[in-house]
Amino acid sequence: MKEYGRFLWRCFRVSFVGNRMYHGWMLLLTVLALIGLNAYAKQIVQGLATTGMTDQVSWGLYISNFTFLVGMAAAAVMLVIPVYLYRNRELHDLVIFGELLAVAAIFMCLAFVVVDMGRPDRMHHMFMRFNFPMSMLTWDVIVLNVYLLLNMHICGYLVYCAYRKRKPGALFYIPFVFVAIVWAVSIHTVTAFLYVGLGGRPFWNSAIIAPRFLASAFAAGPAFLILTLSVLDKWTSYDVPRKAIMTLRNIVTVALIINMFLLACEVFTEFYTGSAHGVSARYLFLGLHGYSGLVPWIWTAIGLNTFALGVLCLPASRRQGWLNLACGSLFIGIWIEKGMGLIVPGFIPSPLGEIVEYTPTLNESLVSIGIWAFGLALYTIFVRITIPVLSGNLTVDRLYEFGAASVPAESDMSSTGSPSSSAPKDLEVSR
Amino acid sequence: MDDRQSASGSSSRRSFLRQGVAALAGMSAFVAALSPLKDIDPDDIPTLDGFLQKHYKEMSDQDMSGALQRIQDEVKKRYQADVVVRDVKPSEGVEFVYALNLSRCVGCRRCASACVEENNQSRSMDMSYIRVLEMPMGTIDIEKGDHTYDHPTVPADDHFYMPIQCHHCADAPCVKVCPVGATWTEPDGLTVVDYDWCIGCRYCEAACPYWARRFNFAQPELPAEEINPDMSYLSNRPRSKGVMEKCTFCLHRTREGKMPACLEACPVGARKFGNVLDPESSVAQILKTKRVFVLKEDVGTLPRFFYYFDERAAQHELPAEELLAPSRHEGDGR
Repeated sequence: MKEYGRFLWRCFRVSFVGNRMYHGWMLLLTVLALIGLNAYAKQIVQGLATTGMTDQVSWGLYISNFTFLVGMAAAAVMLVIPVYLYRNRELHDLVIFGELLAVAAIFMCLAFVVVDMGRPDRMHHMFMRFNFPMSMLTWDVIVLNVYLLLNMHICGYLVYCAYRKRKPGALFYIPFVFVAIVWAVSIHTVTAFLYVGLGGRPFWNSAIIAPRFLASAFAAGPAFLILTLSVLDKWTSYDVPRKAIMTLRNIVTVALIINMFLLACEVFTEFYTGSAHGVSARYLFLGLHGYSGLVPWIWTAIGLNTFALGVLCLPASRRQGWLNLACGSLFIGIWIEKGMGLIVPGFIPSPLGEIVEYTPTLNESLVSIGIWAFGLALYTIFVRITIPVLSGNLTVDRLYEFGAASVPAESDMSSTGSPSSSAPKDLEVSR
Repeated sequence: MDDRQSASGSSSRRSFLRQGVAALAGMSAFVAALSPLKDIDPDDIPTLDGFLQKHYKEMSDQDMSGALQRIQDEVKKRYQADVVVRDVKPSEGVEFVYALNLSRCVGCRRCASACVEENNQSRSMDMSYIRVLEMPMGTIDIEKGDHTYDHPTVPADDHFYMPIQCHHCADAPCVKVCPVGATWTEPDGLTVVDYDWCIGCRYCEAACPYWARRFNFAQPELPAEEINPDMSYLSNRPRSKGVMEKCTFCLHRTREGKMPACLEACPVGARKFGNVLDPESSVAQILKTKRVFVLKEDVGTLPRFFYYFDERAAQHELPAEELLAPSRHEGDGR
């Protein structure tokens, strides 16, 4: 127990150690997160009137981001499945990066739900009167929190074992890994059912939403991991196996094809029959009665996704530069598709046929950026701690680079997560 | 070895300073980020009693009288108004139903403003629980309705008017989706909200097919002289920001035998309200004799709010033979 406390303390210390770029990045994220906190404090004082939401469009940027990030969290298993089901050893170490991403993404999800609440001070009412199983929101609370615990357990256990130089006991994590795989599908399905279950919102009331959510998540999540890994590969000396990136590239390509196919199915059903159910879709894709606030968004998303798919299908995307470009554009494309392309149009027109458009305000954008910065900072720290532990530079009997700056020869700079050239001077040295 | 120790010694002193400065800067940035909180209205900070208050259904009589007293005090403090807040209970053998005669409604929106006054709604936001749609003749598709019509006089030619408010559905989706059970259907059929329990997630607002729910995006603005002092816990007491509210069929009035404010304000008698379980009531008669319909029947929420068009009496009085007369079939335009 004492040893575990020391482990946590060292993790805390190591999260402050890094080169200039690491510090710059963390400083930037901290500043953004604080700006977001500031915006949220304003929202607390004035109410949700600081957002662009109205009684007509009663969910906006916050719930959009929440939905997108649930997908990111669920997609972490796309790394796990090849490793544990198909015994793809190349990806083995990378699994942890996926699951850490899941943990960070769930923290962001929870933050987005909290900032969306009108009365966060009444959170404890959840524990006192929980409308389970009737309300899908209670299902979501359960599956998200359990998923968070599962992933925290798996990552925490594996990293701590590496720190203690012990072989992880299969019984202590393999069953959890398999539960987490199923659970990952459940979190995004339940989140889709939040919307699908509303009979008064024909735009969402479609069985295809859950599969669409999963497909888009399984494209955007691994795409984000590819970007992360390529940063690690380039800026740290952590060696990312090429084959791992290529496996992820295949996953992204297939998921994106399925996603675009499902979107096409949706578009066909909405438009060909020409029924009244299609009004939201008409508003989204073409504009309605002179209102077309979402039209540029959805076409940008479709453009980005099509471009990404084109690149991914070409051999050019074997090169990291093109691959990163494709991943970046589909990440943004899917973010738009889920928020401005799925959550917001569900509210327009209103159930009484009124068209009230939605534009996020500056304040709510700042809160959202703040939460993203907070989540990315969390993920950066997780990765920052994990790399030296996994590579055996931060273990129970090895104090790692707290003293490394003064003994560069002894320390394996390649595994500290810092470019070795500038490292010694920039490392914070402390005992 | 010595070199190393001295190097790490001096650098640790330096880094101690640097860390101290960084920690200080971090703390002050954090405090600065939270600085808007100093402008918070003291009335907005939840009291301990409010924080610990139980759900409406779990309160004992003693809890309830304490809660009512607290609410009265809070209203006094915030709005400088002396009010009486009661907890009006439902009666046995009562199920309230509303019926609205579309042939009579002229779209004057007096119901909507009476609602705002009766229910102490914010004057700064458009919070009325009633939306009146101006519909072109020939359709009952509400997508074609105009929400913002603005003529010097109503009714406009070739239009009819369709007021929409909470339908108090028997299978209410808003009740189903609320994660904390802050909204529910009462034994007399009214869908109500415990404003002190709502967490403000707005899931019910997304679920409602009739757009009957309103959210307090900001603190309601309510001039003291316009406050309706006859209040009840589940209906028209002032709400805080960040919670949902909705039409309760004026339960503080109707549970004591009065009519809802919207009905009393209607100048043409288009609105009928009463206990459907009482066969003598006007609503029971209307459901029996008129051709009533509910809005969006296909969403299957079983509304307790019915619409009907009054058939013109003259048509009923026509002898049956005449209706079947050949001239009608020949299509001479009646």
